[in-house]
Amino acid sequence: MRLLVNKIFLALSILSALIGLAFLGWILSTLFIKGLSSFHFNLFLNDLIDGGLRNLIIGQFILAAIAAAIGIPLGMAAGIYLQEYGRGKYTTLIRDLSDIMMSAPSIVIGAFVYAVVVIPTGGTSGFAGAIALAIMMIPVVINTTDNMLSLVPRELREAGIALGASKYKVIIDIVIKAAKVGIMTGILLAFARIIGETAPLLFTSETSNYFSLDLTESFPSLTVSIYDLANEPEESSRDLAWAASFILTVLVLIINLAGRFITRNKEN
Amino acid sequence: MEKIFQKLSLTSASIVFVILIAIFFTLFHASKPAIDQFGFDFLLNPDWNKELVVESTLAMSDEIVDEDGMLFDEDDEAETITIYGGLVPIVGTFLTTIIALVFALPIAMGIAVFLAEIAPKNISNIVGIAIELLAAIPSIIFGMWGLYYFAPIVADLVGGYQVSLLTAGLVLGVMILPFMAAITRDSMNTTPDVLKESAYALGATKFEVIKDVIFPYSKTGIIGSIILALGRALGETMAVAFLIGSIFVLPTAINSPTISIPVAMANNFGEASGLGESALFYLALILFVISFGVISIAKFYFLKKAN
Repeated sequence: MRLLVNKIFLALSILSALIGLAFLGWILSTLFIKGLSSFHFNLFLNDLIDGGLRNLIIGQFILAAIAAAIGIPLGMAAGIYLQEYGRGKYTTLIRDLSDIMMSAPSIVIGAFVYAVVVIPTGGTSGFAGAIALAIMMIPVVINTTDNMLSLVPRELREAGIALGASKYKVIIDIVIKAAKVGIMTGILLAFARIIGETAPLLFTSETSNYFSLDLTESFPSLTVSIYDLANEPEESSRDLAWAASFILTVLVLIINLAGRFITRNKEN
Repeated sequence: MEKIFQKLSLTSASIVFVILIAIFFTLFHASKPAIDQFGFDFLLNPDWNKELVVESTLAMSDEIVDEDGMLFDEDDEAETITIYGGLVPIVGTFLTTIIALVFALPIAMGIAVFLAEIAPKNISNIVGIAIELLAAIPSIIFGMWGLYYFAPIVADLVGGYQVSLLTAGLVLGVMILPFMAAITRDSMNTTPDVLKESAYALGATKFEVIKDVIFPYSKTGIIGSIILALGRALGETMAVAFLIGSIFVLPTAINSPTISIPVAMANNFGEASGLGESALFYLALILFVISFGVISIAKFYFLKKAN
């Protein structure tokens, strides 16, 4: 009887793993089949107004890149503070708040940026979108930096100090270098996460049918356009949405796997 | 230089604090007109964007603003005000989250047990990566897949609409599944090997070890993981937006369409102004406070205690 219960339990557990994998397979195969059937190289050459995706892909990259340019230095500096300088209650508070912010609903961050950037500046803009994404990215970078620096052995720091280096030199030249791989992985994963975000961009950057580099106006966004296209009645729009989703997912998964690959290489 | 570096890093760390405070006060400030107008009745009122005729004697206050942000003239004869209530999206948010949780919980626990205890290390690694890749897929993809491929099957089986509480909740469940499984596995992995080995040595089966050793040991961590996944589900927008139907009507059955807070915001923010916009900010504030609370409980009560 005990053995039977055990067998049933193990079977159920394996079954749930299979269910999980089945969902992954189902979603990916749908994406590949639908995405590839409407995929065409011209998608990279034309803008949305001509039935292509060029402006959207470039736009999404620019938004995420600006967000990363704001979020990475701020997040890393904050993470360095938490691990290297901070002591006491304030540090714990910041660490906890950053943890909570990591799971804050992205649409709320969109609403916040709408209130503090979009309304005062009179309209949606690329800047507003990038700021919303940066706010999403900062706590993730803080968390990674904080964790990775905590793995650097104390002796390394002491050795640096003993050689007469000042603390910031030790941090920049020794501690950060030692934790470089881990931090880079974390940053890649954070980047993969924000580049696929839709909700914070809906009413901050919105999207645009045209190619644009002007960050003060509505900015082309791949994800927001997928949402618009997928809800349109025409078959052709939906096909375009599938092609766009396919490109987006491949991109996100490649960045993700690249992050994992870097860590794995380091471990070996 | 040393001083500058230290100051810079302190300032960056404080930004987290400043942003969170700013989010709270900005949302509060922006929802002030709606809070003044509707108060806490907002939470219980199922009407959204409903015109109410009020007698002119009652409409003395010139603060009443209609949808277009126009002030009413006091000497208008029959005046209308637009009523906004948050009950429908609030109920929709909780119900979709509960459905997601009921669906995802057993599967996620099964996966976690599989990864932590049953699978050989190399299989566990590969399946673990696959599950984490599922977590990395952008939520909008879940929404599209759910609407065009998953919902029709569910609707065939259960009947009713393809866009409904049920389909939205199930797709949300698929979405939180990998996250929940991954952090539950991490909690289970904290159980010391010595405890497990002692139980095996006493002749316990795998099931008994998991039930009587691993589960009690990592209970608080597992509960924390579940609550954290719940916090994620509450605020999820895109996956739900495709599937919930987006109508401000209380659901009468599990397969009828309704709306959730994030979806109400996603679909109406662009067009809203005046009191309507303020009411949306009120919803955002409610969502922010609830998820802040839920996540704090998970992180600081359960997960801290677990470590």
